[in-house]
Amino acid sequence: MPVIPKKNPMPSQSPEERRRNFREVALGYTRELAQAEAERCLQCKKAPCRQGCPVEIDIPAFIKLIKEGDFEGAIAKIKEKNNLPAICGRVCPQENQCEKYCTLAKKHDPVGIGRLERFVADYQLQNGRVEVPELPPASGYKVAVIGSGPAGLTAAADLARLGHKVTVFEALHVPGGVLMYGIPEFRLPKHVVQAEIDYIRRLGVEIKTNTVVGKVTSVDELLNSGYDAVFIGTGAGLPHFMGIPGENLLGIYSANEFLTRTNLMKAYLFPEYATPIKVGRRVAVIGAGNVAMDAARTALRLGAEEVHIVYRRSEEEMPARKEEIEHAVEEGVKFQLLTSPVEYHGNEQGWVTGMTCIRYELGEPDASGRRRPVAIPGSEFQMEVDTVVVAIGQGPNPLVLRTTPGLELTRKGTIKADETTGATSRPGVFAGGDIVTGAATVILAMGAGKTAARAIDAYLRSKG
Amino acid sequence: MYRIVNKKPLATSIHLMEIEAPEVAAKALAGQFVILRADDCGERIPLTIADYDRQRGTITTIFQEVGFTTRKLATLRAGDYLADFVGPLGQPTEIENYGRVVCVGGGVGVAPVYPIARALKEAGNEVIAIIGARTKELLILEEEMRAVSNELLVATDDGSYGHHGFVTDVLKQVLTERRGIARVWAIGPVVMMRAVAETTRPFGVPTIVSMNPIMVDGTGMCGACRVSVGGETKFACVDGPEFDGHQIDWQLAIRRLNMYKEEEQRALEAQTGGGCRCR
Repeated sequence: MPVIPKKNPMPSQSPEERRRNFREVALGYTRELAQAEAERCLQCKKAPCRQGCPVEIDIPAFIKLIKEGDFEGAIAKIKEKNNLPAICGRVCPQENQCEKYCTLAKKHDPVGIGRLERFVADYQLQNGRVEVPELPPASGYKVAVIGSGPAGLTAAADLARLGHKVTVFEALHVPGGVLMYGIPEFRLPKHVVQAEIDYIRRLGVEIKTNTVVGKVTSVDELLNSGYDAVFIGTGAGLPHFMGIPGENLLGIYSANEFLTRTNLMKAYLFPEYATPIKVGRRVAVIGAGNVAMDAARTALRLGAEEVHIVYRRSEEEMPARKEEIEHAVEEGVKFQLLTSPVEYHGNEQGWVTGMTCIRYELGEPDASGRRRPVAIPGSEFQMEVDTVVVAIGQGPNPLVLRTTPGLELTRKGTIKADETTGATSRPGVFAGGDIVTGAATVILAMGAGKTAARAIDAYLRSKG
Repeated sequence: MYRIVNKKPLATSIHLMEIEAPEVAAKALAGQFVILRADDCGERIPLTIADYDRQRGTITTIFQEVGFTTRKLATLRAGDYLADFVGPLGQPTEIENYGRVVCVGGGVGVAPVYPIARALKEAGNEVIAIIGARTKELLILEEEMRAVSNELLVATDDGSYGHHGFVTDVLKQVLTERRGIARVWAIGPVVMMRAVAETTRPFGVPTIVSMNPIMVDGTGMCGACRVSVGGETKFACVDGPEFDGHQIDWQLAIRRLNMYKEEEQRALEAQTGGGCRCR
């Protein structure tokens, strides 16, 4: 069989069209495209792709089923390992995972594994036949999961499928965590997230929204009130600011606030939805990670004329996925690299009007292996802006940590947890996702949720 | 969904609303707040807890119709439901036996002062309460405040009841005439809290104010509620809402509160009767 060197492109909205609407950018494969793409898979015996998947999906098997036209079979195969396939198919950085190890990738484009996963997941959601697998008899154990983001949802689903009774505690009014408040509608439609969460509910998982652990209850209270184990997946919910003069001026948002207002609260539909957002003519987004790209593209869709990513290192060091950067570039986001603000300026009413920036050059590599940016003395210049989004990263939210005595933390304030089990310094308390690793990706959090679920199961059964 | 078990007007445009939320009521303490959404397209707004009843499992909030959401809340009745209700949020008031203390409440701010005064009195403090409003008709919780303080002083801006003038006039007199005031709490409009802080500053009396900035999540996640305290940025939702009034950057607080004035106007203009407009 001849090798087909190029990945089948996925239909998507053109940059000119999509930069002003919140509809999903990538439209997904058709049945024909999916089967054509599945044809490209070599069905390698060793299946190197599988080593790149944090949730251990049997990739060649599900692709084979697509090739044969058995889409229901393909999604069932994925769901043996992954309960959130429509989400993963959209937001996983496949280029660093499964697709990186694809045999085809040595000389050609890898198989579009992510696109195929998305196709079958959407196929099932659209055709309304989402079967719930048969569950084992109830184990009699109860597990509390704190946080309903990717780590918590994955842990909850896996634990439910192992026969445990799971309750998820969510602080916000809808479950989903970063999938709802952080990742924009145009990259991950919220109805897709809620459909996958509905599936998890149908596995028997109870989700309690509007419940802030650390306030209305605590880890110890949960353990004392009948839960046999606790999983903490509270994420990276503490925005970082730079601490430079003028940062509290009006019009300067944390990325968390900017995205939460827009995604979770649907400020883009104001005033039908009551939460407002202010976006001016010229927007600067500080930082160049995925969150920064999301914020920049959101600002365009909210009507900004010009959006600038301002980043103190160079293109090569930008932490965002290549695909996200490309999308931003296509949509007209401008990049001010080797540049960082040092001070914000405002008008008499307190609104930001501009910022003093300084240029950087790259020096020796730092602890992260990336070349350290060094400020160039005397290179200060003024940049006129009327909205700023600070997207330089998030730290661990301290609400649960402060109210859980004996829980060992790292120097960064994240939870110290065993990488192979998620076990913390407290017996029966496990943790995973951004609260352990610091801000990372959806799929890594899901992998951690999966690992912890397995360890929690072993812990419960060893309790006897 | 969270049931409204009691709703009544306390004065023109000021309403009391008691909401069934047993888990919140079990943990609520003076000084804390809740965040609620009226309906599925509503915004999340913070309201300070005016009272809690652990037996009945209810939280009482008192609010004034000032913007889009509070006007919508005003249209709800006992038996209706709120879409979302979460709490208790923020740090509770640091209640100790300080000795002689003053609790100042202005306008609808009397409501959150009430549980603080009560807790201080229960802790053995001698509580001098000063409450005020623009006019007699807008004064709320007078009897309740009298019941939890050793002495109640009243001021109205127009002189229709009690002292003719501001609560700060009365406070200044109290600070001048009485010895040994250990601490002052003040809750009300930002300009009033600023005036209280300026009144107590020359007397060197520690002054606690409760900030009520714009919030979204209320759990420290978004940073909308930043306040500058002694030159340091704090999040009112998790570090507060109570702060040292002598350290607050009041100009910033006032500006940030007014950030969405235009949008508020637009929302009000777009408002078409009751019900959820997003459906």
